[in-house]
Amino acid sequence: MKAQGFVHKYGDNVDTDVIIPARYLNTADPAELAKNCMEDIDAEFVSRVKEGDIMVAGKNFGCGSSREHAPIAIKASGIACVIAETFARIFYRNSINIGLPIIECEVAAKEIEAGHEVEVDFDSGIITDVTTGKTYQGQAFPPFMQNIIKQGGLINSINAKEA
Amino acid sequence: MGMTMTQKILAAHAGLESVKPGDLIEAKLDLVLGNDVTTPVAINELSKFKKKTVFDNTKIALVMDHFTPNKDIKSAEHVKQVRDFSKANHIVNYFDVGQMGIEHALLPEKGLVTAGDCVIGADSHTCTYGALGAFSTGVGSTDMAAGMVTGKAWFKVPSAIRFELKGEKAPWISGKDLILHIIGMIGVDGARYMSMEFTGEGVKSLTMDDRFTVSNMAIEAGAKNGIFPVDSQTLEYIKEHSAKPFVAYEADPDAEYEAVYEIDLSTLRPTVAFPHLPENTKTIDEVGDISIDQVVIGSCTNGRISDMRIAADIMNGRKCAPWVRVIVIPGTQEVYRQMLREGLAEIFIDAGAIVSTPTCGPCLGGHMGILAHGERSVSTTNRNFVGRMGAIDSEIYLASPAVAAASAITGKISSPEELEA
Ligand code: SF4
Repeated sequence: MKAQGFVHKYGDNVDTDVIIPARYLNTADPAELAKNCMEDIDAEFVSRVKEGDIMVAGKNFGCGSSREHAPIAIKASGIACVIAETFARIFYRNSINIGLPIIECEVAAKEIEAGHEVEVDFDSGIITDVTTGKTYQGQAFPPFMQNIIKQGGLINSINAKEA
Repeated sequence: MGMTMTQKILAAHAGLESVKPGDLIEAKLDLVLGNDVTTPVAINELSKFKKKTVFDNTKIALVMDHFTPNKDIKSAEHVKQVRDFSKANHIVNYFDVGQMGIEHALLPEKGLVTAGDCVIGADSHTCTYGALGAFSTGVGSTDMAAGMVTGKAWFKVPSAIRFELKGEKAPWISGKDLILHIIGMIGVDGARYMSMEFTGEGVKSLTMDDRFTVSNMAIEAGAKNGIFPVDSQTLEYIKEHSAKPFVAYEADPDAEYEAVYEIDLSTLRPTVAFPHLPENTKTIDEVGDISIDQVVIGSCTNGRISDMRIAADIMNGRKCAPWVRVIVIPGTQEVYRQMLREGLAEIFIDAGAIVSTPTCGPCLGGHMGILAHGERSVSTTNRNFVGRMGAIDSEIYLASPAVAAASAITGKISSPEELEA
């Protein structure tokens, strides 16, 4: 599985309150949530983002509340993959559970710039900055999590086990 | 290799002799928690399972606390969805207006969590129950749905940081100052993926309410959980609140830690976290002259009766500063009732504050105290992220109930010591 798209770049400690502010948590509809994704740190994100784009950020991405609305909003906005130096733990497991591809790679997260075209190969963890031609080795998931992602999320993997 | 307290609880719930950091395990759950924001998402997910029934209707707690009493039609629809689900599935521990409190204040009070339990909650501050010697951690709604159906959850076994506490805290110092001090020291990702284990003879000078506050904010250092040993105070609390069987786990003497920090409680000063991260801490002596527009005393961090007593003690016979709105929110109905019994509600009202029904309300910028552009609030809550309590250029200063109450009186960020002078 691969993703290729243009980069939207953010800094360290992007928290779930800016990914999707609590004032919009009175809905659970992905399309509704996507309309306000990132608006408190990047009011233009929603109008700029295109299907298949890639988000790149610094350390501790997704810190704060456990709201699954955060990865859901990012996924529904069209983002195909998030690359970060590190992820906060609840965001990490939520992303796996809902099937939003995320990948940790410190160097790529530091070097790749906004607007670059980037390709991510989820199987190998290889990230290619198409604009500069540089490649990076991201951290691939352990088999246990790969299995959840391959099945399309936690629920499918549990259903498959019970079959 | 010895195990930490957290590792022992996880091993026991996974049916394993031992576990080590990084192991991926499946553990049995003693309780699955959700609130009015996260449960509707979980209910929607639940319909995708082949098995659509809950694993145990007594081991699920659904607490309607974030936007309740409902602030608008959408939030009312959410609560209705959870209410209907609870009726249909005979959920015993469903808490709505009239019985509800803020989930992490309510569950220990109702005795639904006890020492040695393994708990997940679709709310990041589920780590609060570490104060009771339980393993508890926040997850998302899909995990919650899976937990409700299977009674199990997957975990990556965490490594740990140990905080060796010694000495005794000075007057006006509370668990809030300790945890803000720690987050200031290690940063908002200082314990990412790890357990925070609090040990040492200093633990005994922390009340149960102090410990709840400390464990509650473990997530603000990125931790998976924050746990205290079970001592005589814990046992007393458990005896008073819960009839559930419990197990007191202890870390092995040869357990390994990523780091060990020694903290002398007697050296702590009232501590304030500046916008917009809980790690931006300053002691009260470094704060300077910062005028404020609002004070919030409440939340799952500091909405317990001892918090109310401290704040009332400071505000008793005094008046809130002109132009400062002071909002006091008890964590649960029981805290509310006790405030009335002790005359605390009247002290707050006489001072010019309001006393609200239990709700998360302003803590997450939901309702009941939203900030306008450029306004500043001193708040006993746990997050001061951009826009958390209202307008994106508003500012939240996190502090203890003592500092919040003193600031309510002076109209600027203040230590209660100033009022004594
Ligand atoms: S009081 Fe605040 S932090 Fe605690 S559960 Fe409610 S919204 Fe979350």
